[in-house]
Amino acid sequence: MSAPTSRQTQFRAAILDPDRPAPPGLTDGRGAPAGRRFSVYRNNVVVSLTEALEKAFPTVRKLIGAENFATVAGLYLRAHPPTSPILSRYGAGFPDFLGAFEPLGHLGYLPDTARLDRALVDSYHAADSAPLDPGRLGALAPDDLLRLHLGFAPAVRLLRSPWPIHGIWRFNNEENAPQPPHTAQDVLITRPAYDPVPRLLPPGGAALIAALSAGKSLGDALDAATGEAADFDLSPLLTRLLQDNALSGAQVKAPA
Amino acid sequence: MLDQTRRTTLPLAPGVGYKPQHYAEIMADAGPIGWLEIHAENYMGAGGRPVAQLRHLSERFPISVHGVGLSIGGEGRLDPDHLSRLRRLSDWLDPASFSEHLAWSTHESAFLNDLLPLPYTSDTLQRVVDHIDELQEAIARPMLLENPSSYLAFAESTWEEPDFLDEIARRTGCGLLLDVNNVFISATNLGFSPQGYIDAFPLRRVGELHLAGHDTEADDHGRPLLIDSHGREVDEPVWALFDYTLARSGPRPALIEWDNDVPDWPVLAAEAARAGAALSRSVATGDEVPA
Repeated sequence: MSAPTSRQTQFRAAILDPDRPAPPGLTDGRGAPAGRRFSVYRNNVVVSLTEALEKAFPTVRKLIGAENFATVAGLYLRAHPPTSPILSRYGAGFPDFLGAFEPLGHLGYLPDTARLDRALVDSYHAADSAPLDPGRLGALAPDDLLRLHLGFAPAVRLLRSPWPIHGIWRFNNEENAPQPPHTAQDVLITRPAYDPVPRLLPPGGAALIAALSAGKSLGDALDAATGEAADFDLSPLLTRLLQDNALSGAQVKAPA
Repeated sequence: MLDQTRRTTLPLAPGVGYKPQHYAEIMADAGPIGWLEIHAENYMGAGGRPVAQLRHLSERFPISVHGVGLSIGGEGRLDPDHLSRLRRLSDWLDPASFSEHLAWSTHESAFLNDLLPLPYTSDTLQRVVDHIDELQEAIARPMLLENPSSYLAFAESTWEEPDFLDEIARRTGCGLLLDVNNVFISATNLGFSPQGYIDAFPLRRVGELHLAGHDTEADDHGRPLLIDSHGREVDEPVWALFDYTLARSGPRPALIEWDNDVPDWPVLAAEAARAGAALSRSVATGDEVPA
């Protein structure tokens, strides 16, 4: 009774490849062949996974339009179906897929825009964390401040791009947003409460945050920041991080 | 050993499939709603709003966890990572009910995000039994298994669906979730009597009923092909089949599922109120109590 190829191998292949015929031995319950009934499953899979990608990459969808998005999503989901039933995680490889997709190659900013979309979803579902008490930093002596190690909240994400991804995101997601500038932009995603916010970082800011994330002291991170932007000003960024609940821990360590 | 005496502690009241856009209204005034159902896979993130909302809801309402991604009918082994996630959710939430589907969705590492059908043979039955045993061990509670909506049948099937479900429940101790809309869809699509299906169904094992809307398309012969879309009101013949079922099963916790084109809260609450009125009218016909 068992077919040479397992039922589920047949289904998987035929669902993901519209050019394949439906598996054999399927009926309409009355003894006749199932005919186009199999396409209900094909359609359910493609439509629901396309919707999952639309939800995860809303800015990309706005940029290329719903029809183009559905086309590229269809190619992606057939080549890279989800490997987990948690659909909010689906599409981790979509930014790279866009980058290698020649018909959209003229939109160089698309992969990084997709990374920003993806990072916002990841931030939304990230673990909660208790905010850092600003008073703890205010009480530190200047020398201790430089030896401070800061931890970031689980919902924080850093993106560095040669493209104006913050401006592109705003222009496509906010009312009356200005045209994106022609500059590289670094973005820090923070989650003040439950809704992630992409914050535009000043020059040097990304270097500071990358260094802190790598476990460097605030003093060393400041050196990294001023190495990229000589006039880097720590104070407004630190205030922003505190206000946005972006920091989860602070510890003064003796120099190694 | 699993406690076989209580497969669900859901109230004999209508519930709805929870949608985040209704959070404020439900918390302010739940109207006819006695409980809520969530899709397990939407609450497996580490934190943020979904988890916080679920925590608040669970302080006010009995919660039914409805898994849509374990692939109980899968030919391969169950995903151990997903089993662990279901256990974690079940542990912290301590839901009033846990249910999953007679279907598969994952094969050779691809999750296809649909409830795909399986042939009803003694081999597939044993596989489903083994998987339910494994799940019930993992979550340390009995589950309810839901009947599918069918668009086609397998030439190699040797079991009728009600018997297949009854035998699975008998071997595993699980209860059953009877989706009345699915019965109507399958009966229309495959050409059998929906009332005959209900008559053959082991209603004493049913711990929950589902209701939902469907779309109507056509097959190659121009006959109606109903699609389980969960995107509109419950159709009138499905309400009639719901009454037919209640007259034989006695009242059961009953859920309105509306997952696509989700309406404003008053529309969903009205559907739930209609289910509640039917529950109130139903009179237990024998000594059966909710499974």
